[in-house]
Amino acid sequence: MHDHTIAGLAAALERGECSSVELTRAALERIGQAADLNAFITVTPESALAEAEAADAARARGEAGPLTGIPIAHKDIFCTDGVRTSCGSRMLENFVPPYDAFVVEQLRAAGAVSVGKTNMDEFAMGSSNETSYFGAVKNPWDRQAVPGGSSGGSAAAVAAGLVPAATGTDTGGSIRQPAALTGISGLKPTYGRVSRYGIVAFASSLDQAGPMASSAEDLAILLEGMAGFDRRDSTCVDRPVPDYRAQMVGTDLRGLRVGLPREFIEAEGVDAEVSSGIDAAAQALRDAGAEVREISLPNAGMAVPVYYVIAPAEASSNLSRFDGVRYGHRCDAPADLEDLYKRSRGEGFGEEVKRRIMVGTYALSAGYYDAYYHKAQQVRRLVQQDFARAFESVDVIAGPTAPSTAFPLGEKADDPVQMYLSDIFTIAVNLAGLPALSVPAGFGGGRPIGLQLIGNHFDEGRLLGAAHGYQQVTDWHRQRPVVEE
Amino acid sequence: MQFEAVIGLELHAQLATRTKIFSGAPTAYGAEANRQASAIDLGMPGMLPVLNEQAVHYAIRLGLALDAEVAGRSVFARKNYFYPDLPKGYQISQYELPVVGTGHLEIELDDGTRKRIGVTRAHLEEDAGKSLHEGFARMTGIDLNRAGTPLLEIVSEPELRSAREAVAYMKKMHSLVRYLRICDGNMQEGSFRCDANVSVRPVGETRFGTRAELKNLNSFRFVERAINFEIERQIELIEEGGEVIQETRLFDPDRGETRSMRGKEQAHDYRYFPDPDLLPLEITPALINAVRDELPELPDAKSERFQRDYGLSAYDAGVLTGSRELADYFEAVVAAAGDAKLSANWVMGELSGALNKAGLEITQSPIDAATLAGLLLRIRDETISGKIAKEVFEAIWDGEGDADAVINARGLRQVTDNTAIEAMVEEAIAANPEQLEQYRAGKTKLMGFFVGQVMKASGGKANPQQVNEILKRRLDG
Repeated sequence: MHDHTIAGLAAALERGECSSVELTRAALERIGQAADLNAFITVTPESALAEAEAADAARARGEAGPLTGIPIAHKDIFCTDGVRTSCGSRMLENFVPPYDAFVVEQLRAAGAVSVGKTNMDEFAMGSSNETSYFGAVKNPWDRQAVPGGSSGGSAAAVAAGLVPAATGTDTGGSIRQPAALTGISGLKPTYGRVSRYGIVAFASSLDQAGPMASSAEDLAILLEGMAGFDRRDSTCVDRPVPDYRAQMVGTDLRGLRVGLPREFIEAEGVDAEVSSGIDAAAQALRDAGAEVREISLPNAGMAVPVYYVIAPAEASSNLSRFDGVRYGHRCDAPADLEDLYKRSRGEGFGEEVKRRIMVGTYALSAGYYDAYYHKAQQVRRLVQQDFARAFESVDVIAGPTAPSTAFPLGEKADDPVQMYLSDIFTIAVNLAGLPALSVPAGFGGGRPIGLQLIGNHFDEGRLLGAAHGYQQVTDWHRQRPVVEE
Repeated sequence: MQFEAVIGLELHAQLATRTKIFSGAPTAYGAEANRQASAIDLGMPGMLPVLNEQAVHYAIRLGLALDAEVAGRSVFARKNYFYPDLPKGYQISQYELPVVGTGHLEIELDDGTRKRIGVTRAHLEEDAGKSLHEGFARMTGIDLNRAGTPLLEIVSEPELRSAREAVAYMKKMHSLVRYLRICDGNMQEGSFRCDANVSVRPVGETRFGTRAELKNLNSFRFVERAINFEIERQIELIEEGGEVIQETRLFDPDRGETRSMRGKEQAHDYRYFPDPDLLPLEITPALINAVRDELPELPDAKSERFQRDYGLSAYDAGVLTGSRELADYFEAVVAAAGDAKLSANWVMGELSGALNKAGLEITQSPIDAATLAGLLLRIRDETISGKIAKEVFEAIWDGEGDADAVINARGLRQVTDNTAIEAMVEEAIAANPEQLEQYRAGKTKLMGFFVGQVMKASGGKANPQQVNEILKRRLDG
């Protein structure tokens, strides 16, 4: 089953070739066999099998949709009613929410079967999955390499065929970068397309949930299941959810205007094999009839510094609620209130999380606010304007998802600046609130390369269509790592 | 050296919405601890605020009543600090762009003159929970029922010059928010709270002195006492060559003094920034107009109308418009009884006195407006005298029925029959020959004595005017 897509499995279920219970058992078995990947923090076999039985029953009643009975996994940042939600942190090691995130509700309502919660960088802060309190995740293509982050567990689980699809969140590249490093497809929707209700917040103005799967078509199916208006999130936009998959049927790339930003192509520190992979991808788009032209995003270089002011500033405030008072980690025998705060937070948070809380607190402090946070917001608008101008002349923007392929475990773990540069191409998209996806586009040294496609606001239909068109003329997305059993 | 005080008030009015400002949990007071706190109020992970529309309408009402600019666009900001009863580690408030801008409120000073006090701004924010320090051995209890309750913080310009002015301003605002039905004004339950910024400076100086912020002023009396104490303290300090420091001071009502709570060096850096979970609040002119259309008549306008239409004095009109409920009651009495002056006297006199004594609000009065009007009608048609009316009032208060029932049951109908009164007059004169002699010798003050005798004989029921006339005629004749 691990070579199947959601679309393929749904067809097999419909034809009665297998049941959801069988698919779910197979997924649980593979998760057990691939335990060394450390892709999961929590596996929920009992509730998964119960959901699978319910899905089979629904199908028997003729009430099946495209996701009914499909096993999926949720990043452990999505709150799940009655199931521990750790966010990769010691702080929430024993936190069991009494509610489901909107995304969890939606996919459950669509009949998807949740097999468990995937590993991630602590509070989604990281690009390698090495900041997880539950240990690093390994890349199924190379067990010495990182899977990317922060949605590294979801990426590894899909890449290794443990589940056909998983959910992720993307604040600065946390869906797209691990998708690129593990050779799968991953989409960050437009900010406001998917409700943030029930997602443990990292940086509220940037966080967005999205699907991770093995084809653009599967992303479309999953996005349709996840999107929708939710008045519990005031930043969620009330806009109908189109039938994304119907929109991509018969898509070809003729006439599609594709912009290649000079700043992405000429950026320093991009591996040669990534550059040639992207050149080849651009050629494939041209060959399929797209008009590929060079464009400019002059302020793209400012995205990383702007992001590392805004995201930590919001995070420093969002993470204040973890104070040891109501839930989460509380230190033993606090002497007084100050001691309770200091030790609970000191013990509960890891190094990277503390670093970002410190940076964010500093950026918002009296006397520094104007120079850092306020200035960053101004530059953020310039970055947004760059994209707005670009979309006057192109339909999608293409480039590398990450500057390198999967790097060795431990290589950047002690060098935060090098780690931050892993997201050099993904961050601007979050600052502008745009939808973007990563699809596999070849290999370098046996490790996957990701092609990033960026669309205009709420233009997921065209974006997915472009990715689907690309996957009609390439087969990189069908490549699978050999997962030893 | 002569000093003057410079005072500005920050009033916190708890908005009378059914549910909290960012969650659907109820705001009712007095529930069991933590039973009215939703996952949003508890600051649970992944929970997001959703703004209560009613709270915005209430803020607009106040803005219009203060003749202030209602902002077309205002922004919610996070005020970050750690405290156990602040679940998220930040309070959602408004900072740079508040919903209500500059406005003003007129107060009346002791000498009867009026003074316009500027209102700097009013902004929406959420309340914190409560820390409970009693009943938990070496621990602190947290009750988050109040967390997320909507507040409107109303900030005055530093234009108040005495504790009396500050209290007059606070009372006027208190009356206004209740008129607008946006706050129940219950100070014991903390629905209307006050912080005062107080400084002093030599008369003639235009710069401000260093101010102290006074907290825990939960009654009008405390506000007056705390400000007066603080003014004295600062003047003494300066006269002794000392310097006032900028700090937060807590009023201790038991000792009648203010005490330092937190100095400037310990002041929080709140790291305000726009809350990314909430979009900027946009208020359209259409919404402002819709809210304006449903505004009630405001106290000043009502007071002017009472003076104009009912011929009341400024003082009486001021008292009767002190609350919307009292004004409504008065108008209902006038409508049924027809005599504004008589109605005003009874509402402000007997009725208010009885209510005060019983500790009741006008809305809890055992005598409704129609019943009181029924009593006044019996005075007007001379069925009873004003004096008997007081007895009847007490009987009505005690539940003996309406005015007619009491008058009949107790036989209090006024005697207006001239023959009957003449008979009683004859009797009084015959029984008191000495006084008659003295009267006729010029001691006319004894008229009162004879009136008293006749009234006593009639059981108070004789028409006093007729008694006077007949007596005078008989004594002088």
